[in-house]
Amino acid sequence: MLLSFAIMTAATQAETHRAITAVWKIEQPRLIAGLTRMVRDISMAEELAQDALLIALKTWPQTGVPKNPGAWLMATAKRRAIDYFRHNKMAARKLEEVGHGIETDTPDTVERLHEALDDEVGDDLLRLIFTSCHPILPPESRVALTLRLIGGLTTEEIARAFLAAEPTIGQRIVRAKKTIAEAHIPFEVPRGPQRAERLASVLGVLYLIFNEGYSATAGSDWMRPQLCDEAMRLGRILARLTPEEPEVHALVGLMEIQASRTNARTNAMGEPVLLLDQDRARWDQLLIRRGLGALAEAERLGGIAGPYALQAAIAACHARARRAADTDWPRIAGLYAILAQVTPSPVIDLNRAVAISMAQGPAPALELVDTIKDAPALRNYHLLYGVRGDLLSKLGRHTEANLEFRRAADLTRNERERAYLLGRAADAG
Amino acid sequence: MRFMILVKATAESEADILPSSELIAAMGEFNETLIDAGVMLGAEGLHSSRKGARIKSSGGHITVTDGPFAETKELLAGFWLIQAKDRDEAIAWCKRIPLQDGQEVELRQVFEAYDFPADSLTEQHLRKEQAWRDETQKPLTR
Repeated sequence: MLLSFAIMTAATQAETHRAITAVWKIEQPRLIAGLTRMVRDISMAEELAQDALLIALKTWPQTGVPKNPGAWLMATAKRRAIDYFRHNKMAARKLEEVGHGIETDTPDTVERLHEALDDEVGDDLLRLIFTSCHPILPPESRVALTLRLIGGLTTEEIARAFLAAEPTIGQRIVRAKKTIAEAHIPFEVPRGPQRAERLASVLGVLYLIFNEGYSATAGSDWMRPQLCDEAMRLGRILARLTPEEPEVHALVGLMEIQASRTNARTNAMGEPVLLLDQDRARWDQLLIRRGLGALAEAERLGGIAGPYALQAAIAACHARARRAADTDWPRIAGLYAILAQVTPSPVIDLNRAVAISMAQGPAPALELVDTIKDAPALRNYHLLYGVRGDLLSKLGRHTEANLEFRRAADLTRNERERAYLLGRAADAG
Repeated sequence: MRFMILVKATAESEADILPSSELIAAMGEFNETLIDAGVMLGAEGLHSSRKGARIKSSGGHITVTDGPFAETKELLAGFWLIQAKDRDEAIAWCKRIPLQDGQEVELRQVFEAYDFPADSLTEQHLRKEQAWRDETQKPLTR
């Protein structure tokens, strides 16, 4: 009797702990953001947030979860921070160094710390996003730090999602925080001319996270596809914090429209299915509707020619076509033409050529491909030769097509793709 | 993963009594929180079952029964569709719903692609490759 009671209590306690941890996880990014502004140190902010969780785990089973758990956790962490500064003059001096001029043990200190915490919390989160995506960090560190701080993912979860070893990711995060601290990166939302560049970095990080998840196939660890969800969630949070930025809405739209195809883009064997061969009935209409809405918002804000808006508009052309044959290829070709002007790249030109071939036929497409075929960036790009081979074969130039397909087959690292390309080469004779 | 939070009907919702302005404000605040956290995918409220109908197939026939329906507790009055990391997070969000005394919501997980057994696809599909069109969706180097 006693034993079963003890087991039951333990089970209930574990359940309570899980419930409290879930509440804390929801609040964690805003807690860390607010605390970072207060103590000017991300690692310390994380520790204080963790302290608040431990106190909640002790207190809430007795008192119940407070009505506003976020405020409770913040107040608790804040008290811990104040205690810490009162009892640690070294730390206080460090705080002074970074420009606060706070003196220890004076009521003024406490008051000012309180004031510092009562600003808009949303701004803090935005500051934290800009900080974790700072260009001073290598891209893979921006990704890991953003998932850790804003996404609230554990190091283990990030490692699994990126097929990396846990210590690798752990070190990457530690180093990133150290870099930020040592470079005295101001905890702020960049303004003026700097802002666009910094925002581009943030958007780049979110899209990297999304694509890492999007490249996962069925059968991959479930954490990988989860990255798409996480990137979209981060994008929506950012869109709420910067509602006036068209490219933020555009990126959210781009990710949502692409994610709408998740169910259709792999077959039963977990292998990719071409966009034009996908069963469009399996596309997620809710995500399409949301994505088109986000794109419309970007366009309403005048962002029609932004790189993400253009990519989203291309994705939207596919999303709007009920059947592959209904695709508005002339519009897609036109959008690629603008995209190629905004962000010149031979890869975009190659995609534009494919759209032109669908819209107007292989001859003008081949003309465009031939203008870029010597671009150094494409020298080892198997798709260039695959596309060129396809266009040549459509034009009846089989000998040349055969050569191109075999070249593409040599370059690809994907065995199934190699088999496919060699098949095309054989067909071309 | 996605969850649907199904809001059960109450005597008031079935009587087409609109919620108080306080409740509407509280719900608005809750919705804002969901949007701020990036987890809100959709939400709708439903008219009473009086305006609804039940359509049932039996013995090869389709029968239509007009509302209202009696068993209030089994009826729905609305839903949220949210994206959460796990069930614990979804429950944590549910606990923040400004529920009236005695009111109930039901949390259900939405099927995702990977929840379905592999379906029958042809050889032809198996030979297809990740195509150039997927390549077009890769990130621009910025």
